[in-house]
Amino acid sequence: MDLTLHVWRQKTRDAEGGFVTYRAENISSDASFLEMLDVVNERLIEKNEEPIHFEHDCREGICGSCGMMINGVAHGPVGGTATCQLHMRHFKDGDEITVEPWRARSFPVIKDLIVDRAPLDAIIQAGGYISVNTGSAVEANTLPIPKQIQELSMDAAECIQCGACVAQCPNGAAQLFTAAKVSHLGLLPQGQPERYERVVKMVETMESFFGSCTLFRECEAVCPKEISTKFIERMNRDFLAAKFKPSKEPVAQ
Amino acid sequence: MTIQLDSKIPPGPIAEKWSYAKAHYKLVNPANKRKYDIIVVGAGLAGASAAATLGELGYNVKCFVYHDSPRRAHSIAAQGGINAAKNYRNDGDSIYRLFYDTIKGGDYRAREGNVHRLAELSVNIIDQAVAQGVPFAREYGGALENRSFGGVQVSRTFYARGQTGQQLLLGAFQALERQIALGTVKQYNRHEMLDLVVVDGHAKGIITRNLVTGKIESHSADAVVLGTGGYVNVFYLSTNAKASNATAIWRAHKRGAAFGNPCYTQIHPTCIPQSGDYQSKLTLMSESLRNDGRIWVPKAQGDKRGPREIPESERDYYLERKYPSFGNLAPRDIASRAAKEACDDGRGIGPSGRGVYLDFADAIKRLGRKTIEERYGNLFEMYHDITAEDPYEMPMRIYPAPHYSMGGLWVDYNLMSTVPGLYVIGEANFSDHGANRLGASALMQGLADGYFVLPVTIGDYLAGQFGKKVQASHAAFADAETSVRQRVSALVNAKGSRSVDSYHRELGSIMWDYCGMARSADGLKEALQKIRPLKEQYWRDVRVLGNGEEPNQALEKAGRVADFFELAELMCIDALHREESAGGHFRVEHQTPDGEAQRNDEEFLYVAAWEYKGEGNEPVLHKEPLLYEEVKLATRSYK
Repeated sequence: MDLTLHVWRQKTRDAEGGFVTYRAENISSDASFLEMLDVVNERLIEKNEEPIHFEHDCREGICGSCGMMINGVAHGPVGGTATCQLHMRHFKDGDEITVEPWRARSFPVIKDLIVDRAPLDAIIQAGGYISVNTGSAVEANTLPIPKQIQELSMDAAECIQCGACVAQCPNGAAQLFTAAKVSHLGLLPQGQPERYERVVKMVETMESFFGSCTLFRECEAVCPKEISTKFIERMNRDFLAAKFKPSKEPVAQ
Repeated sequence: MTIQLDSKIPPGPIAEKWSYAKAHYKLVNPANKRKYDIIVVGAGLAGASAAATLGELGYNVKCFVYHDSPRRAHSIAAQGGINAAKNYRNDGDSIYRLFYDTIKGGDYRAREGNVHRLAELSVNIIDQAVAQGVPFAREYGGALENRSFGGVQVSRTFYARGQTGQQLLLGAFQALERQIALGTVKQYNRHEMLDLVVVDGHAKGIITRNLVTGKIESHSADAVVLGTGGYVNVFYLSTNAKASNATAIWRAHKRGAAFGNPCYTQIHPTCIPQSGDYQSKLTLMSESLRNDGRIWVPKAQGDKRGPREIPESERDYYLERKYPSFGNLAPRDIASRAAKEACDDGRGIGPSGRGVYLDFADAIKRLGRKTIEERYGNLFEMYHDITAEDPYEMPMRIYPAPHYSMGGLWVDYNLMSTVPGLYVIGEANFSDHGANRLGASALMQGLADGYFVLPVTIGDYLAGQFGKKVQASHAAFADAETSVRQRVSALVNAKGSRSVDSYHRELGSIMWDYCGMARSADGLKEALQKIRPLKEQYWRDVRVLGNGEEPNQALEKAGRVADFFELAELMCIDALHREESAGGHFRVEHQTPDGEAQRNDEEFLYVAAWEYKGEGNEPVLHKEPLLYEEVKLATRSYK
């Protein structure tokens, strides 16, 4: 198939960027979106033009490296898929496709389609873990976990930290990402001791970097792992509960 | 400097070696630990677990990754599971059996002492992961669930849907982020290690390139740990992530670290076949699928009917036929070769004829679609996304692809390379899998090394290094920086005619044809004759646009591919010298009458550790004899 691409090019963080139009001809419909860009890049190199920079690695939809706005939609037109798993058969011959980096104030562009997503790690550093040093774990079957709880926790834990939720949100909010980690850990018995302290620290850090959630739910629609906004409700409940708890007083779980 | 290989296997009976070693290591007292700087390169399962644990112990850790976050490491893509000898299924499993299965699976080319330690630690890993909140699959009663993997007859594999690697890595990543927040670990994202700095024979630091600014920087430490993964991207098309590379271990090799068994690479039997020239990588379909999927090809050559039109009596379930006791769960090397054999025989399926079916029809009939969805839902979706075929309706088409490297930098029992102070963990070392790795054992080894082995053994070295700190102002750092800068500028200034990828593809296809699933002396010699001129041409003719002072992905790739050329040569040299077949190394000259790998224990019962001797010189082979005191050497049989 033959396509016309309008791609955001920006040399460095501080440079001015703009759209450049490329023809992508003779693309196989079985190629992935990134493989289509590979082909475009090889042809650019032949013409002595610098290839389009974009982040990618596993190309199996799990590392969370890739991501771009494709015709204004994070990860493109097919739901539940990362850009690397989006295949060209979902486009038509002659299509015009606009390709931009993640749109979010908290994710400055590093080059072309590559952005800086460091604030997401900062949220994890604020409390997205269970504090257990190596060696101090109890035997694994000591605490039974109901299958339904484990499954629900896993639904949240599947988050790949790609940042699509932030990029799609009109407010640039990171609620879905934060809620996924808060819920993954907060649902499990092992996560109870730090449950309320965790949610407060993570939400406060999140708010220092990102916009506020006004329940557009666009995040859920573009999430490659289809993580539910129900986890945001859950996080909000935990956050409120934490705020109303008497501070510093130990509470039995 | 000549290399002396001392495996440092502790004395005593096999089951007590690790306890003995731990009881005799020198220790660093808690108050002194913060005076030691340790560099960890890579933050996959091995690197992240090591960096976090060293931080918990109180060391000063600097952790370097080329990704934007440590959580992107390729461990995240591991699908099927992690082995542990918990014997929760009461099916006769034990530490000894896991040890034995791993030795046998590796075709008797691994060290007994290391493997037994790995089996012992497997149970601690599961405890640790569960405590961190890894949501492993559970039974309805709340206990942990297990499934089976290839080459074994028990169910000892723990899993989290088809994303076990992701969940285990997140456990380690979260532990690492906690240490970053506590200040014990300083994290350097988007930094690539481009050289190792050795001072007076000891590893004292690394040179990195900042991938955003292009700045070449020196970092000093009291010890350096490499957890930088494997090297099967030398084949270009593999199941590895696009950036996975050998540069860190290859640079270390050139600074004196011996390279162990470079020819031992694993070709995984169940991957989605290549569909076109644009193909950038191959996608693995987890081995766990072989619990319920049945592998077959048509009995007749050139049968072009659709799979559902071929009646049962005209199908050849060749693994079940050839290996009745292990059936579809034969080990990877054996299953891969059997698939190749069927395709070479003209019975392959799909457009290219390089494919076999992995069929779930029977399992869906037996267990219902819902159960299959629960077990493999995400894998089926991924297959559907990539091929546009629905595996619930049609059998999957699969073919072997490069997946893992059992070879890697040589390390002793303490995971130290032949350069004192340089430790190598996870897939980057050669240590535990012999000539073939069993499924669900890579995660186990990465985490055993990172959580439990290295944090203990490194103290034994550091205790002797008190007061021997070297600063980054030392001349050795300036020298190494200069050589890194020269390399970068040579690549940028070649201004040739062909892209990095075009060279990488060409190298990959040479390696796949001559050093892949079947190898011969003639083929390997031919490969060497092709690789050497291609490498020279590469340095003259590669086209890297842009410069070194800004983000430049082509430049990053160019450095990695340059190292792959050199590694490819060593792989062929090693494969040529090993006049036997063992596990993933199959020399067509050495096979049994029914086409199985034929070892030669008389002459090749050793680890081949290669020493780098400078550009243009042949590498020198050192041999570490393998002593089998516990397990009796036998011809591997899965029949």
